[in-house]
Amino acid sequence: MEKEQFYYDNKIVKMFLWATILWGVVGMLVGLLVALLFIFPGLLEFAGSDNAISFLSFGRLRPLHTNAVIFAFVGNGIFLGVYYSTQRLLKARMFNDVLSRIHFWGWQAIIVAAAITLPLGLSSSKEYAELEWPIDIAVVLIWVVFGINLIGTILKRRQRHIYVAIWFYIATLVTIAVLYIFNNLEMPVTAFKSYSVYAGVQDALVQWWYGHNAVAFFLTTPILGLMYYFVPKVANRPVYSYRLSIIHFWTLIFLYIWAGPHHLLYSALPEWAQNLGTVFSVMLIFPSWGGMINGLLTLRGAWDKVRENPILKFFVVAITGYGMSTFEGPMLSFKNLNAIGHYTDWIVGHVHIGALAWNGFMIAGIVYWLAEKLWKTPLYSKKLANTHFWLGTLGILFYAIPLYVAGFTQAFMWKQFNPDGTLVYGNFLETVTQVLPMYAMRAIGGTLYLTGFILLAINIIKTAKAGSAVEDELAESVPLKKISGQRIAGEGWHTWLERRTVLFTILTTVAILIGGLVEIVPLILVESNVTKIESVKPYTPLELEGRDIYIREGCNNCHSQMIRPFRSEVERYGEYSKAGEFVYDFPFLWGSRRTGPDVHRIGGKYNNNWHFNHMMDPRSTSPGSIMPRYSWLIKNDLNASNLEDKMSGLAKLGVPYSSEDISGAKQNLLAQAKEIETSLRQDPEFVSNYGSSNIQNKEIVALIAYLQRLGTDIKGNSNTALK
Amino acid sequence: MLKFIKHNLSSIDGVEIYPIISLVLFFIVFITMVVFVIKLPKGKIDIVSQLPLEEDNNNKEINHE
Repeated sequence: MEKEQFYYDNKIVKMFLWATILWGVVGMLVGLLVALLFIFPGLLEFAGSDNAISFLSFGRLRPLHTNAVIFAFVGNGIFLGVYYSTQRLLKARMFNDVLSRIHFWGWQAIIVAAAITLPLGLSSSKEYAELEWPIDIAVVLIWVVFGINLIGTILKRRQRHIYVAIWFYIATLVTIAVLYIFNNLEMPVTAFKSYSVYAGVQDALVQWWYGHNAVAFFLTTPILGLMYYFVPKVANRPVYSYRLSIIHFWTLIFLYIWAGPHHLLYSALPEWAQNLGTVFSVMLIFPSWGGMINGLLTLRGAWDKVRENPILKFFVVAITGYGMSTFEGPMLSFKNLNAIGHYTDWIVGHVHIGALAWNGFMIAGIVYWLAEKLWKTPLYSKKLANTHFWLGTLGILFYAIPLYVAGFTQAFMWKQFNPDGTLVYGNFLETVTQVLPMYAMRAIGGTLYLTGFILLAINIIKTAKAGSAVEDELAESVPLKKISGQRIAGEGWHTWLERRTVLFTILTTVAILIGGLVEIVPLILVESNVTKIESVKPYTPLELEGRDIYIREGCNNCHSQMIRPFRSEVERYGEYSKAGEFVYDFPFLWGSRRTGPDVHRIGGKYNNNWHFNHMMDPRSTSPGSIMPRYSWLIKNDLNASNLEDKMSGLAKLGVPYSSEDISGAKQNLLAQAKEIETSLRQDPEFVSNYGSSNIQNKEIVALIAYLQRLGTDIKGNSNTALK
Repeated sequence: MLKFIKHNLSSIDGVEIYPIISLVLFFIVFITMVVFVIKLPKGKIDIVSQLPLEEDNNNKEINHE
């Protein structure tokens, strides 16, 4: 058959390449900024310490950093690689240029929207899903555009066989859609405020089902697809074992999505199933590490190239990082290691091995390699790329090692007892100040890594200037013969299935949905299964507004609200948390990291004035604290204009607010605020400093009301609860 | 951390069927896949694994700029 001529769309690849570099710099810069806030808490108080700037506080910048790195930097990096490799592997231009452009600009618009709304405090508080509902909808729409474009390209391909990288892309496409939609089911209250439809325990389970799988399907599967294309490409030799890559693919997909419920419900399993599960877990280390080995062994007999080629160096460290974090992950799921690692900086170190080494270095290698291809010119400076490599590698080590040390230090200090049964470090602050030198080293590591990445940006800009841009690259290939949709003689069923793309995708979706349902159904049932506690009552209107301020300020980024049933935690924080205490928590606010102490039993522990002073200047009540000042909370009037809408929204979700509660909400709120101001005025210092300001109308009062309520329901303290 | 709340899941009546379904499905799919992969003909494996390397060397490029 005649060869057809067609053009690869290089322009779209280039657009994603620039976006990757731009958002990489931005995301890492914000990361460095939040790392510096640990050692210089007053760093961003440009307007003086009494005028802290709300949108530059840690709690709002941290989600900006995580979202920018995950969805903006790695996201664009994935699309960059997918748009380049898909066209070549399928011997076809992307399905539709307009869809490609919509995908690109839509994604960038979402990033800009996130970069504006997150510092403004418009956040749903759920980690890596903080964006509010209108942006969530935009994400889903753009994802669908990407999906149509990808599937469309597969359909018009000129290559019968579908290489394993494409399978990884399809799995990413389908699974992220399912995860994202289920975790972001929200009840909108206003244009930029919503409540999760799940509460407490259920919300936590759904959120971490998402959190776990998002790491798998956004930060792992697409990057593995890229690895299977770009590593052979750069090393100029086929992947070590294609068979292993197929096993790697299917195992990874099923391991994450299907094995989930048996992790969650392990103790409910009959013994034969537990045994089978154990055998399985052991077996599964093999394919997961098989992926890493497969990547590294692709370079067999090419190690001399690795010495000379900075791109291969990036790949080697990236794949090693993948191996490290996939080893560490299962280790951290062991009960005794988890008891040590959870809430500490170990986790932060762990995820950064994944982000800096696996994702960051993989993308850096791809960007360098593509620059030469896209601009048809050698890289501006190989030496600079080598410098980037060494700065980056050093940066990773300087980042991760101090945080491992910090993590273990924290865990052991939190748990150490005196012979008389009291805690050695009863003051949480001691465990913070102890690791400050580690935070300083981490910031140095981050600086090194960012510097390396800026060298990449310079290198690519120079390369682009020297080369000539080929917007549309001519290629030719024989079109696929039309063959019957039926299986033809001698054709294997999987080969047949591969060429029926739509069917393949639908079956993959069905497979994942069955797996998802098996996991989701118990999560839906759990709501009615949480033991109700009679004394747990809904929040009062003022407390509800205070809780929304807590969410807005991102307090959950540093403070957990989940006291584990350990002697050391009960001793430090009080009675351990019960599932029934969270039934009115839309969303849950358990947090995942204790930079500061747990606050679940903070209610009633200090008086209102302590909270007031602590919010104004944490150092005044807790010398050495690294918490930000929240001085805007005494300046901003509490905006309770949506109070009734919020309460009726929550009532629809099952919070027992009666219509009288809702109609009398404003009055109730004012009365409780008045009460708090009266109690604040008992302190003469407060009266002399703030006596003339109308504190009862300010946001701080709502936040104090919420903090004083926390964890008090089961103390039998009913005077703050709604009747 | 979720281990402290997982008992809420395991006390649901008949919930053990879900992990068993998932385990059994996974087991079947995994074994089928391994068998399928082992039985793949060498020829096809070689063709497919060469796909990324098929360079577009003979392709001409044009510059629209």
